Amino acid sequence: MSALSAERVSEVFVELADTLVDEFDLIEFLQMVTSRASELVGSTAAGLLLADAEGRLQFMAASDEQSSLLELFQVQSHEGPCQDCFREGTAVTNADLREAGDRWPLFAPRAVAAGFRSVHAFPLRLRKEVIGALNLFGTEAGRIDSEEARVVQAMADVATIGLLQERAVRRGEVLSEQLQGALSSRIVIEQAKGAIAQAHDLTVDQAFQLLRSYSRNHNQRLIAVANEVLTDPSTVRKIIPR
Amino acid sequence: MTSLRAGEIARLQTLIAGEVTGPAGTAGWLSGLCRTLATHLPASGAAISLMTQQGSSAMAAASDKAYQGVEELQFTLGEGPCMDAFATGRPVLVPDVAGDAAGRWPAYCSDARGRGVRAVFAFPLQIGSARLGAMDVFRDQVGPLSSAEVARALLFAEVATMTLLDGQEHARDGQPAGLGEPLDTSLEVYQAQGMVMVALGVSLVEALARIRAYAYANDRRLGSVARDIVNCTLSLERDEP
Repeated sequence: MSALSAERVSEVFVELADTLVDEFDLIEFLQMVTSRASELVGSTAAGLLLADAEGRLQFMAASDEQSSLLELFQVQSHEGPCQDCFREGTAVTNADLREAGDRWPLFAPRAVAAGFRSVHAFPLRLRKEVIGALNLFGTEAGRIDSEEARVVQAMADVATIGLLQERAVRRGEVLSEQLQGALSSRIVIEQAKGAIAQAHDLTVDQAFQLLRSYSRNHNQRLIAVANEVLTDPSTVRKIIPR
Repeated sequence: MTSLRAGEIARLQTLIAGEVTGPAGTAGWLSGLCRTLATHLPASGAAISLMTQQGSSAMAAASDKAYQGVEELQFTLGEGPCMDAFATGRPVLVPDVAGDAAGRWPAYCSDARGRGVRAVFAFPLQIGSARLGAMDVFRDQVGPLSSAEVARALLFAEVATMTLLDGQEHARDGQPAGLGEPLDTSLEVYQAQGMVMVALGVSLVEALARIRAYAYANDRRLGSVARDIVNCTLSLERDEP
């Protein structure tokens, strides 16, 4: 039996489609995908990884940017469900982390230590290529059924569309240009987190919250605020913690 | 996996070292890099330009005299793929300068064609918001780069970025340019970079150069130094190193 609410599923897809207009913020969009995917199937946290030109998986967005969670995404550039999903091009579902020590000796113990019990990974597919993975974590060994898996896969597909859409108006764009741009914007966000944390004596996790609420309250793109802080560090003071 | 990549970068550095003629300063090293790049990709030439977000720019190196002229074109004309790669922070791949590109940079495309250039691939030299310049790969034939070739070009761009980052430090301690450690891609390195920028009141580029210099001087891994900075157990002094 699936716990999915058909009404909520359609609301989420409408919300995602509505975001894909004009100049949307790619990081915010991917973050929305991770939050909604996690919410729909009752997971605790979700994240999204993209492959760089050399085929290394890099962290792009998460429903929750706690450092402990970010570490679980980063380790998957070496091994883990996203790595398997990326290499094989098929989803990894319902893996029990406590039984996965042999399969993922680096990843599984860390995930268990972070309080997780189950993990899933869904491929971001573009034609025949896999360009990344959507990763879900649960604190209980609950299973997702085939209907839920289909919905999450559809969300992974929407994430791929979002990636291609960001600058689709420019002619002659190819995937590698787009992906490099996306990966670079993640670096910009991390740099800005550091700058804000230092200026206001916060942790980087708190700094991200601040950056996010500031950009929302001022109706500015996350990446634009991050870039401004970094190119003119005097502006970092205007982002005031409440 | 990380060590494989470090091995690949070390291999490139050895190839480049073999192409360096004259003094092994940053400029000499980057010229060697351009010559290596031109022979290890399906390319006829390559060049690197330094740029600032305030709009100043200068050609830093080229594989040969002819491509030095080609690279300077875009600064004379005020347009070109290299400038766009720098401004947008993403690669600009132009497999045919007579195609759509001719509408985007009409003067540049026409002059470049006049000098025998048929395709241009421009890659930004950057770490996130820290932008140093761009690297151009030129071809005398029409056609795209394969994704493996794009990946190789990006690796060259990374070596060029490292060289520029470490350039000043190396000039100070007399080390040859271009032999630094690969860029670490862990998120903490970028976070630490932002923190050091604010803490020391330096540019974002300078902040990373400082962290790398500290790691080198103390014989530590960049990632572990960055983690200490993020956890506030280490703060770099203003006069470091």
